Amino acid sequence: MSQARLIQLEADILGKNNGYAAANRARFAKAGILALNLVSSPGSGKTTLLCRTLALLAGEFPCAVIEGDQQTSADADRIRATGAPAIQINTGKGCHLDGHMVGHAVDHLNPPDASVLFIENVGNLVCPAAFDLGEAHKVAILSVTEGEDKPLKYPDMFAAADLVLINKTDLLPHLDFDVDLAMANARKVNHRVRLLQVSARTGEGMAAWLDWIRGARLMALSGRPSQAAE
Amino acid sequence: MHEMAICENIRTLIEEQARTQHFSRVDRVCLEIGALSGVEVEALRFGFDVVMRGSVAADARLEIVETAGTAWCLPCAVTVSIGRRYDPCPRCGSHQVQVTGGEEMKIRELEVT
Ligand SMILES: Nc1nc2c(ncn2[C@@H]2O[C@H](COP(=O)(O)OP(=O)(O)O)[C@@H](O)[C@H]2O)c(=O)[nH]1
Ligand SMILES: [Mg+2]
Ligand SMILES: [Zn+2]
Ligand SMILES: [Zn+2]
Ligand SMILES: [Zn+2]
Repeated sequence: MSQARLIQLEADILGKNNGYAAANRARFAKAGILALNLVSSPGSGKTTLLCRTLALLAGEFPCAVIEGDQQTSADADRIRATGAPAIQINTGKGCHLDGHMVGHAVDHLNPPDASVLFIENVGNLVCPAAFDLGEAHKVAILSVTEGEDKPLKYPDMFAAADLVLINKTDLLPHLDFDVDLAMANARKVNHRVRLLQVSARTGEGMAAWLDWIRGARLMALSGRPSQAAE
Repeated sequence: MHEMAICENIRTLIEEQARTQHFSRVDRVCLEIGALSGVEVEALRFGFDVVMRGSVAADARLEIVETAGTAWCLPCAVTVSIGRRYDPCPRCGSHQVQVTGGEEMKIRELEVT
């Protein structure tokens, strides 16, 4: 009965996740929701940037946040203090969000049509690159305290991102971080990437980031695949 | 570690197959891992043994076929092979290259009883 046999599977190891991500993407497209997946190392300033972004966009269009980063358990509370609805995903030991978790979070959060959904991923520049959540764009945040070689050390993430925000530019006078070199390294792994410099602390450079969001949102609303990164 | 998450996905896929294809033991697992998939093959081998413990694939032999990275160079307008994501075109040195192959992470086949 138990004879050896060969099963030719040819199955994508991440196929299940890709299925969940595709379902999320279809749902976002139908509702005209722009979903952005924010990825970075721990402490690059994702939550701070989100809080400032939400405050600046308040009243312009509805925004909602899925919090996956548990570096500080209070991230979702920090977001809610801006008035935007937020839900914290409990990843436990998990080092990344996946399409299934995000699908359930969207069920609970139920963001309105034509809104912008920000997803703060777990602080990790490795696996979040491989796990599609159904977002329109990955936005990678690189802070100036991290070193210019990050894009070369984590090429998969910087290749997957459509936009890189270089954050904490207010600290530049105190550091020897070479912004041009960091940008050149990001372009080495992704020649089409958009790069913007911001300070979530002082608000410097935020206007260009907000314009990028507005452009991407219009693309999401028009139901076409977003070209905001081009 | 990233490779652990990959191994957990492999285990889920194998256990699903065990239910639908009615087998109780996997003797060999053959994976296809692209050079640009971001997976460290050595870490994957280590993670595989740890993650498969207690599963139908606990004693399975792991075989990994590594596929090369390929990219389309815009200036040259030809397909070139690259070893890493940030490698320039080996012909012209440009970074205007678009990855076209070597990102795959697949279970090719299972030998089961
Ligand atoms: N100087 C400076 N500090 C910042 C900036 N953005 C964030 N931070 C600080 O960096 C630390 C980590 O920020 P957080 O938003 O929690 O990072 P996350 O882990 O990526 O969510 C906090 O102490 C922030 O106050 C910035 O633009 N400039
Ligand atoms: Mg955070
Ligand atoms: Zn992970
Ligand atoms: Zn479910
Ligand atoms: Zn070339």
